[in-house]
Amino acid sequence: MAGTGTPLLSAAGLLEEKRAGGGLLRDPVVLVSTGIIVLLVVIAVFAPFIATANPDSSNILAVNEAPSAAHLLGTDSLGRDLFSRLVYGARLSLLGPALIVCISSAAGTVLALAAAWFGGFFDQMVSRAADVLFAFPGIIFAIVAVSVFGRGLVAPVIALAIAATPYVLRVTRSVALRQRRLPYVAACYVEGVPAWRIGLRHLLPNVAPIILVQATLAFGYALVTLAAISYLGLGVQPPSATWGLMVATGQAAILGGHPEQSLYAGVMIVLAVVAFNLLGNRLAAHLET
Amino acid sequence: MADRPVGLREPGPPPALEVEHLVKVFPGPRSAGGFLAVDDVSFCVPQGRSLAVVGESGSGKTTLARMIVGLERPSAGRIAVAGSARSWRRVSSAERKRRAREVQIVFQDPYSSLDPRQSVRRCIEEALVLHFDLDRAGRTARVEELLEQVRLDRRHADSLPKRLSGGQRQRVAIARALACAPKVVICDEAVASLDVSIQAQVLNLMSDIRNETGVSYLFISHDLAVVRQVSDDIVVMRRGRIVEAGPADRVLDAPEHPYTRRLLAAIPRPGWRPAPSQEEVGTSS
Repeated sequence: MAGTGTPLLSAAGLLEEKRAGGGLLRDPVVLVSTGIIVLLVVIAVFAPFIATANPDSSNILAVNEAPSAAHLLGTDSLGRDLFSRLVYGARLSLLGPALIVCISSAAGTVLALAAAWFGGFFDQMVSRAADVLFAFPGIIFAIVAVSVFGRGLVAPVIALAIAATPYVLRVTRSVALRQRRLPYVAACYVEGVPAWRIGLRHLLPNVAPIILVQATLAFGYALVTLAAISYLGLGVQPPSATWGLMVATGQAAILGGHPEQSLYAGVMIVLAVVAFNLLGNRLAAHLET
Repeated sequence: MADRPVGLREPGPPPALEVEHLVKVFPGPRSAGGFLAVDDVSFCVPQGRSLAVVGESGSGKTTLARMIVGLERPSAGRIAVAGSARSWRRVSSAERKRRAREVQIVFQDPYSSLDPRQSVRRCIEEALVLHFDLDRAGRTARVEELLEQVRLDRRHADSLPKRLSGGQRQRVAIARALACAPKVVICDEAVASLDVSIQAQVLNLMSDIRNETGVSYLFISHDLAVVRQVSDDIVVMRRGRIVEAGPADRVLDAPEHPYTRRLLAAIPRPGWRPAPSQEEVGTSS
């Protein structure tokens, strides 16, 4: 098994192993979905350089305009440049899910490793707590959080992160438990390696691939849920742009014969979610083989 | 029968490993009393000697090994290494580290006993960093010394386990165990999953290591051919109890207990035909 691949991907542990089979980098689905994700991230990061106008400045004299050289995708009902709003919208639309995935992956992984290591009462407690959280759909959790802590990005993100943690926990725990029973962990224990070090230096690297797959799939789910919350007007408030919010504000124009205003943002949401889900599915498939 | 510790306890240095009246009961059924995996086992391994614990699978020998290295807590009995007895309370990290310098273990499966994401060098260095105050150069030198000791080529030092054969991995596992400079190394079926020719190499290697370092071995094995090659004394276990114990030659050539005779009869040799099965004769090959 000659593993001479790009060092670029070796950081992501998972890929390093699968490179050998040569599958991952030659998988068109992986390449396309990764390309889309990278493109979206680039758009979000370099929004000021890509946008052609101030996304928040309205112009009563140029309402619901059709695409033109001045407004690549036209303007919305307040005369704001749709293309620029779409570009700037990528920022908060992607930041939210990224935060949710980071928080829930970190919390879920730490709890899962601790549960797998200590077992017994602690494991029982953590697993039962996760079962309780499973009973609440994430979006309900987020709506409750918003009603208590107010609208904006923070409350729904924290609520959805908490709601997503049990999913990370359950999968990671089962993988970590399997690893924990392998003799190499026993060997470390007999060698006198401190527990935290076994968890961090031995268990974590060996469960990392599955966490990565989970995070990728969770990202799509978090994005669409946050978009829904934005759409309901519970998330980020106008005039800030997110794709979910743009779908909502574009609705008024649908009856006026301008369905594209909602459509653009909708397409972006679908594109991002599909890209993350496809990538996650392919990673999972490669992980199994 | 033969409950006396194997090996004479002479005045002088205490035995490397001493086990007295060790009992392990796993909670669970068997008429609610739990499962008695190890039942009143006593033996001792003098320094620099090698003792084999023999028995078919399910005889409690692996549980015995796991208790001695601290992976399982005994229900009763005493384990002493180099004269100092161990307590059965929950051990602290520091105590675990101290015990690591007394007893190390080599597991059966070379494919899962090494961290798949850790190179040979890092695997051995991890033990060195933990137990010895060496600088970088000192560690590198010691790693090479240990690889030399297990006859593993230096060019394998930076390989991941997946690039190594079963025999090579088992050598790494031995080097890792030796890195802690233990008094006793337990080999839990350590060569059982290797090819016969590789088995012989590894066993020779282990006996060389014993001559070089004076380490004591506790071999856990079902394979009497292996046992004859490596052990000074033999303890035969059946259903958690010791049924026969004594010097290797005596036990293998003039077995007293019928169970030992059946184990011996089960070894394939020229003209060998499977014995007619009475009860559950030792099925191990």
